[in-house]
Amino acid sequence: MESTHHQVSTIQPQPVNKDKIRKLIRIAVILGIITSIEFFLALSMPRGVLLTSVFIMLTLVKAFYIVSEFMHLKYEVKVMIWSIILPMVLVVWLIIALITEGGSVFKAKFF
Amino acid sequence: MEATAIAKDLKPSPWRGGISPYNVSYGKMMMWFFLLSDAFTFSGLLITYGFLRYSYPAYTGLLSEFKPSQLYWPVPEKIFSAAPFLHGIHLPLLFVGIMTFILILSSVTMVLAVEAGHRMDRKDVTKWMLWTIVGGILFLSCQAWEWSHFIHGTENGLAVNGVKIFGANLHVNEYGPPLFASLFFFITGFHGTHVLSGVLINGLIFYNVVVGTYDKRGHYEMVEKVGLYWHFVDLVWVFVFTFYYLI
Repeated sequence: MESTHHQVSTIQPQPVNKDKIRKLIRIAVILGIITSIEFFLALSMPRGVLLTSVFIMLTLVKAFYIVSEFMHLKYEVKVMIWSIILPMVLVVWLIIALITEGGSVFKAKFF
Repeated sequence: MEATAIAKDLKPSPWRGGISPYNVSYGKMMMWFFLLSDAFTFSGLLITYGFLRYSYPAYTGLLSEFKPSQLYWPVPEKIFSAAPFLHGIHLPLLFVGIMTFILILSSVTMVLAVEAGHRMDRKDVTKWMLWTIVGGILFLSCQAWEWSHFIHGTENGLAVNGVKIFGANLHVNEYGPPLFASLFFFITGFHGTHVLSGVLINGLIFYNVVVGTYDKRGHYEMVEKVGLYWHFVDLVWVFVFTFYYLI
């Protein structure tokens, strides 16, 4: 207590939490594997609605892991989680609105 | 006496003052809401890509016979198939795949820096922050090469109205409709700007770690905040990779 000005040199780092590190590495490996699967599917599967849906699903899985674990959102209080996730509903609306619009523009231009 | 009776009836609630309902510091919450607004910006750009793509015909022929044309939207794996030092070899999506792995790895080193910050371990934070910065610079270098290749184009070029076009800019595009190139520059450019500012902010925080600012402060929350930003940059790339390069 008497040597507050020596605080900087006396800070003792806590030991590494091996379980936590192992968990982070496991998530990184999952992200790597999913990316490899996407890469493989892009070169082997025929293009179409099925492949597009698979890509979007795999992307959402990756996004879930990054946001919940790397950005630690899963461990925040519920009201915090919803304050971030709920506004994304507007993005869903924009996707539906603009993809429909894109189809109509396509029909107007080419038919 | 009625007043005290009413006070007793109140159920405890995090919204009645005294405690933080979000249980998170001001700085971290503001970073989250900034990232939310940034997510809207990127959504706007990517959904615009979807809108414009659906307003053009898709390529319907055989994939092996694909040739770029301004009449239909290109197949990305046929466009992004070059890698540095391997000139003339068709390597679909390989280079952009490597870029994706670099960014994921730098995200991992960032989360390790945050973890070391929780333990007040300056040596480890220094090490992992440095690796994160190295990853960011590597990614930016890859993107610089990718842009340069995209702008200069291939040897074949594309004949449009009797004029040969090489490469792409905001007016002409040898790979497909001019809008395809414009979206490439806007989307990957806006993401690249985020990576660049992320590297600069990481550098600033790295300097503060090295000189012991956060040891004096008693916590490494700044590392957490810049970590949130860096993970967001990785998150956006996950979406850009899917919607620009895969689909």
